[in-house]
Amino acid sequence: MLDLVAPLFRFEAVTVQFGAVTVLGELDLEVADQGITILTGPSGAGKTTLLRLCNRLEVPTRGTVAFRGRSLDELDPLVLRRRVGMVFQRPVLFPGTVRDNLHVAQPDADDAALVDALGRADLPSSFLGRVGDELSGGEAQRMCLARTLVTSPEALLVDEPTSSLDSRSTSALERSISELAAEGVPVVWVTHDRGQARRMGDRHVVLTRDGLLPPEQVQDYVEDRT
Amino acid sequence: MTTSIIGVESDIGWVGLATSFVFVAVAVGLSWAKGLGLERSLLWASARALVQLLAVGAALGFVIGHDRPVALALAWVVVMVVVAAITVGRRVPEAPGVALVAFCSIGAAAAVGLGVMVGLRVFPFEGRTIVPLAGMIVGNALASTVVVCRRLVAEVADKRLEIEARLALGQPGGEALISYVRSALRTALLPAIERTKVVGLVALPGAMTGLILAGVSPSAAVKVQAAVMFELLGAEAAAVTVVSLAMTKRLVTPDHRLVRLARVET
Repeated sequence: MLDLVAPLFRFEAVTVQFGAVTVLGELDLEVADQGITILTGPSGAGKTTLLRLCNRLEVPTRGTVAFRGRSLDELDPLVLRRRVGMVFQRPVLFPGTVRDNLHVAQPDADDAALVDALGRADLPSSFLGRVGDELSGGEAQRMCLARTLVTSPEALLVDEPTSSLDSRSTSALERSISELAAEGVPVVWVTHDRGQARRMGDRHVVLTRDGLLPPEQVQDYVEDRT
Repeated sequence: MTTSIIGVESDIGWVGLATSFVFVAVAVGLSWAKGLGLERSLLWASARALVQLLAVGAALGFVIGHDRPVALALAWVVVMVVVAAITVGRRVPEAPGVALVAFCSIGAAAAVGLGVMVGLRVFPFEGRTIVPLAGMIVGNALASTVVVCRRLVAEVADKRLEIEARLALGQPGGEALISYVRSALRTALLPAIERTKVVGLVALPGAMTGLILAGVSPSAAVKVQAAVMFELLGAEAAAVTVVSLAMTKRLVTPDHRLVRLARVET
């Protein structure tokens, strides 16, 4: 059947170079506009760079990246970043309370909207008045997810968000993001944890230092048979 | 010819100059006695300062002599601004294009500072006033500009994750950087503010001291010093504000991405 729906992201001949170092070379990829797409592979393969291309924190040296059929060059990066939220590897807290942090994303949001975002990240409303420094690692990362959700993003990018969390916090965050995907927010999730890739992924992309792994080898990699 | 004013020779002569080296000898002796290992540095710094000052004195004599055109003094000021900009560029090599930014901001500070002081006839439009006033403005603006640039670059390198988290939420580059710009500005301006607060209580500033030594009455010297001090404070604040805003534009791309900085020494 012909797929007429544009992918969430389309990478065409994308090359990224930092000085003399080529991080990504001539990469072609389509990311589905639903569910959770896991982007996995060994360290240093360029997974984070690939993710950062999706919201223009990086731009390709050559090639094009398109979001739902439109080249990112045509889109206002500030609008794009509110449509495509991002959760980073380490929780980044701004000074002040959780409410202050959420207001950075949406200064005019009322408490009801903030509580709703907290709830989607599995945090109670009582957290609004908590100071960021008082949060545990897991709570801080969920607060960062809530902060991203305040802008009501159409898609979510997550970059190894559980790499520094204990198993309980990891499960909580995985549950929250799974629910978002089920609600119709497509997720691109970078992880090098193959167990997490198996648990969370509706589909998988494996990026190695030599480029994308051919589709027929992806399952073996994810199942840890390579 | 030496002139005696209230007991002070306006030209202390070569013997007087040589005598002042007694204090350098004392410092060298203390370094040697305490094993600080600074003897060579002290002697080199003193000798270098002497040569530089003699050279500048000779050059200034040529530039600001009473029969010289003011254009010569203005050209001297331009050279000072160029040297200051190159110095900023060398001291903050990680900051992209900082020398040009420093040239514009320090040059603007010097132009505005001199314009106000000369335009309002606080000082006459003569080489002998323009060069020393510009020297003080450029010197102070240079120090503050280096501090603000180094601080800003260090903050951006140190807080890269935080800034990118703000950018990822859709904040414009200038807005994402503003708290770090404010912090850098405070750091750069604090010495000038503290210096202004304690002036006369802890230290007698250079212009006032020089005037009093040259025989001007203390009350007249104080007025001149206050005018110079306010001019310096304003020029310094203007220079660092301009340079920090311009640096913000260079640290963030037009499409609101942080530029990659070269290695930062902190």
